Amino acid sequence: MLQILDLSVTFGGLHALRNLDFHVEEGEIVSVIGPNGAGKTTFFNMISGMVTPTSGEILFEGESLLNLDPSQVTERGIARTFQNVRLFANMTILENVMVAQHCRTHQKVFGALLQTKAFKSEEIAIREYGEEVLSFFGSRLIGYRLNQPASVLSYANRRRLEIARAMATRPRLLLLDEPVAGMNPRESAELTALIGRLRSEWGFTIVIIEHDMSVVRDVSDRVVVLDHGETIAQGSYDSVANDPKVIEAYLGRQVQDKNADEEASS
Amino acid sequence: MTTTHNAKLTSRVLWVDRFLTLIRITFIVVISVGLLAFIAQQINPQNPFAQWANPDATGLTAPQFKGLLVTGLAQGAMYGLIALGYSMVYGVLGFINFAHGEVFMVGAMSGMITSNKLADAGLWEDAFLLCLLFIVVTSILLSTATAVIMERVAYRPLRGAPRLIPLITSIGVSFFLQNLSVVLLGPGAKSYPTLPSWLSQKRSLVGFQIEGTKLLVLLTAAVSMAGLWFLVERTRTGKAMRAVAEDKEIAALMGIDVNRTIVKTFAVGGAMAGVAGILWGILFRSVIHTTGFLPGIKAFSAAVVGGIGNLGGAMAGGLSLGAAEATAPLVLLEPLGVDGVSQLRDAVAFAVLIFVLLVRPSGLFGERLSEDERA
Amino acid sequence: MTATANDASTFEAPGLDWRRQIRFSAIGALSCAFIALAGMPVGLDRRSIVYPVLSLGYLSLLWVPFVLASLAGSQVVLEGMGERERDTRDLAAGALVGLGSALGLVGLMILVKNFNLRDPLVNWSPQLLELLSFNRSTTLGMLLWVVLGTTLGLLGGAMHVVPAMVRAKVLTVVLSVLLVSVLQTFLTDLLEGFRLEVFTDFIYYKRGGLEILGALLVAVLAIAIPLLVGGRIKGLRARVQKMPPDERSRTNLVLLGVGAALLLILPFFLGKITNELLANVGLFVLLALGLNIVVGLAGILDLGYVAFFAVGGYTTAVLTSPNSPGFSPELPWPVALIAVVVLTGLVGLFIGAPVIRMRGDYLAIVTLGFGEIIRLLFLSDWLSGWFGGAQGITNIPGVDVGIGTVKGTDPRSVFLLVLIFCGIAIYVSWRLEHSRLGRAWMAIREDEDVAEAMGVNTTSTKLMAFVVGAVLASFSGAIFSAKVGSIFPSSFIMLVSIIILVVVIVGGMGNIAGVIVGAVVLIGVLGGPKQPGLLQELGQFKLLIYGALLVWMMLKRPEGLVPNVRRSRELHQEEFLQDAWLKGEIDEDDEEDPS
Repeated sequence: MLQILDLSVTFGGLHALRNLDFHVEEGEIVSVIGPNGAGKTTFFNMISGMVTPTSGEILFEGESLLNLDPSQVTERGIARTFQNVRLFANMTILENVMVAQHCRTHQKVFGALLQTKAFKSEEIAIREYGEEVLSFFGSRLIGYRLNQPASVLSYANRRRLEIARAMATRPRLLLLDEPVAGMNPRESAELTALIGRLRSEWGFTIVIIEHDMSVVRDVSDRVVVLDHGETIAQGSYDSVANDPKVIEAYLGRQVQDKNADEEASS
Repeated sequence: MTTTHNAKLTSRVLWVDRFLTLIRITFIVVISVGLLAFIAQQINPQNPFAQWANPDATGLTAPQFKGLLVTGLAQGAMYGLIALGYSMVYGVLGFINFAHGEVFMVGAMSGMITSNKLADAGLWEDAFLLCLLFIVVTSILLSTATAVIMERVAYRPLRGAPRLIPLITSIGVSFFLQNLSVVLLGPGAKSYPTLPSWLSQKRSLVGFQIEGTKLLVLLTAAVSMAGLWFLVERTRTGKAMRAVAEDKEIAALMGIDVNRTIVKTFAVGGAMAGVAGILWGILFRSVIHTTGFLPGIKAFSAAVVGGIGNLGGAMAGGLSLGAAEATAPLVLLEPLGVDGVSQLRDAVAFAVLIFVLLVRPSGLFGERLSEDERA
Repeated sequence: MTATANDASTFEAPGLDWRRQIRFSAIGALSCAFIALAGMPVGLDRRSIVYPVLSLGYLSLLWVPFVLASLAGSQVVLEGMGERERDTRDLAAGALVGLGSALGLVGLMILVKNFNLRDPLVNWSPQLLELLSFNRSTTLGMLLWVVLGTTLGLLGGAMHVVPAMVRAKVLTVVLSVLLVSVLQTFLTDLLEGFRLEVFTDFIYYKRGGLEILGALLVAVLAIAIPLLVGGRIKGLRARVQKMPPDERSRTNLVLLGVGAALLLILPFFLGKITNELLANVGLFVLLALGLNIVVGLAGILDLGYVAFFAVGGYTTAVLTSPNSPGFSPELPWPVALIAVVVLTGLVGLFIGAPVIRMRGDYLAIVTLGFGEIIRLLFLSDWLSGWFGGAQGITNIPGVDVGIGTVKGTDPRSVFLLVLIFCGIAIYVSWRLEHSRLGRAWMAIREDEDVAEAMGVNTTSTKLMAFVVGAVLASFSGAIFSAKVGSIFPSSFIMLVSIIILVVVIVGGMGNIAGVIVGAVVLIGVLGGPKQPGLLQELGQFKLLIYGALLVWMMLKRPEGLVPNVRRSRELHQEEFLQDAWLKGEIDEDDEEDPS
């Protein structure tokens, strides 16, 4: 579904991503992990069109995503959440998920001014779909909450709203950037289950950036490890967890090996 | 929070972009055709191409052109001095101080008052240079005071506000200062006393005939720039200013008193504008409460052309804008058949600003002191 | 788990801050001196507020000690902080501020008496000294100021000592008296229209100002009416709130309809001058509503907004006037209006397309540039074959609406036409705000990058706002053209854009009612860029006041006088969240899964 070929991006002298190859098949849940600074969020930014790659190709369902505006990328069917929750804080919860449906709806100035039947029915449809998306998270975000500004939500609920908002854009591919960051274990577990339901009930293909390994283990079909902008390992959770390169990336190399290397090269 | 390394939004082949490209092409074509017509005219005034475009155009003689250029450079030097203030404040606080043009006006007005008082006392002609020094000093004091008070009263309380709020406030301050001048000093234009004749006469310099006043302007601007360069590059204050411009929070963590530094930035920018005010008064000998408006906008354009936040660029931008403004009407527009070109001089200045912002918003020398994030 | 307001311990309240009082004294002294040197006391002395007793000139100085003393004594009480107890020390503090302000004037009087700085400072004159001396001896004058200043300062300080109800009452009385006095021409005209002039004759002095008895009557009514009627109104309000939503909106609609009907018949009870004033106010309301969409809803700071006003005006002039230099089809106004809309839309797109992607501050300057370029083009000799250059275009006919003609000599008709277009503008703003487009605008204002990521094409969405605002401005231009009968480039200076901006901001950005209130209050009382308001004497000072107002509003109340709840939240988000947290409205992390 999504294919990334040889993607590189450089900021000034920093190679944030280097010749990255990546692919996701429809219906997969893939986790992207790696130490801090590995380029994971940059990777999402590339896909969603917020940053232009220096070289490489991004293909979504066969079509290139390069040179598209973020809104066009969303229109094609890719939605994302942000690592540091960026809700529309002064808009109500319902409005957050209503505005997310912008690229799927059509009414413009004339519809609004003339209050055509098409306009009114679209408004109702937007509202209903918004509530449907919100009710995926239980009763937390609906009811009286619908008309409250998003800023009053608790942290966990904000993260949920962030996901709901991405869902409302009716994507095929969902990019979740650290969805459980800052949540307590119970909330994480619940969200992990929800992620599974996102695939089974809503049919999304999902790519997750995560640091919480229990979530990664429970949810992923496949894990990709990035370090310094490159893929250093790929496969099932277990194979990746035991991969020495991955361990090295997170924990560093063991001292003996370093000495052995020095001996070998001298 | 990870910074979203935002490259400019990748442009989309949308009608907006096609339209923009069309505008850019139009601008460039107009400029080129105008230049060609001008050159054709210079080569051969009877030339059919020139005749077709504007049969009445007489073209420029070399001395005329040089005269225009010198005038333009002198004006540009003043724009440059004002532009420094815009650049510095933008570098440090990230917003356009709309009222900076009025700081310049305050300088010019104070010069008017003091010079007239000195002329009444009979000192103006006799001890001109001393008087000049005096009015420059008073102008610097008053302009600096205006700038500092402006910062303290109107901008400091809004440090954290969404970025358009300080801009709107600065529009209010600008408006207020202009009208303060009207109510305190009266609405009419006021003049400087006549300059001693030895100053205003023309001198020959490197093949240019240059009036003493314009020479004075260019020299003073050069000296001020040198002083500013020294301040910014060699002193601790300057270092602090550069640090605060890079990253306010980190500078504070490094022990730099950010508030004091910002005040100093405003003060220095204000001082430069004050000097420019005196020079303006000497060159044009007339000030009115709206004197700050157009030069302010043009100086801002100059700051953008040079790359906002870049001080050398601001002066370079000012000089080029001044030169363009003086020569373009006769060089470009007249051959194209536009009559009454001098009226459109100001329109040219605005057009330059728009052109630069459309084609190369980071200016000629790039944005040095600020980050895109600030936007 | 989380602390609530009840648990928080109360912190010790800070003592009286004398340094603050001294600072305010100094500000008072400087303000009084400035106001005097600005020429306000002398210039405004003609206008009487309460006939023999108080003129606007003296008022321009007297407000300083009272208001500053009151401000100096105000204390921001944060939740959980104790409030300092008020006592006589506050009165002394207020008196100090008042005294300081008076001393500023005293100092100025001494200076004016002994030196002559008339050369730079035009208002440094014997008249000023006379006025400040209350037309008696200078020493007596100085003494009087000291007494007045100290007393007013004391009263200002007292505002914090007396119970809140008294404070509210005092404010109401003062504002009512001022309001009734300022609205003299309007009210006289109105009551004359209803043949009830006996009332206005009673309270007003013929040549301007309230009679003392009149002022007292107004004061009494200001206290009495809220007491008698207030309860009833509160009851009605509560009833409306409790209604189910559709009944509530129906009630609102009915109220709106009644209001509109009243407005439609109002001009028939008013004289020519007042109608002229109302027509001018209406034109600005229309402009402000348009700018409100651009600035308030979409967050685009357009400083060249007057350009669209100009395009509308000039297009109408060219198409309808027989004197149009280049090409005079002499179309009827409604037909020309179609061309106006199309042309302005195109100009809006032409200007908007390049600028819409720029950063906010650059965009502001560039739009300003475009505004000036357009004006310069209309002014230029080069295009004078089409637009008449500095001489403009004259002999623009009025609007033939079948049952009559709307023209400048009949301001009543102009007002009615303006009212209709304002109605259109209000409808457009309201509908767009509560539509898919309005939500997109809100999202862009909140976080443009994220809005883009959520599928909103920010470029075309913002451009839409820009163009809609432009078209509304052009309506105003078209009416303006027909009303004045001629058009000159000098009517379209940048000043106009700024004044409209001030109106929108003071009234309340993004809020239709606020913007209307702002326009009515500012343009009605202070006046427009070239049009006098109710207080014509303020003419030379009005721009100064506009500037000061803009700065003041930005510092203290950027959401405007009649704020949009949402905008108010945006601008004071910290306080809002704090309040919500303390009230327990913030969402708590849930203990169990409610699904």
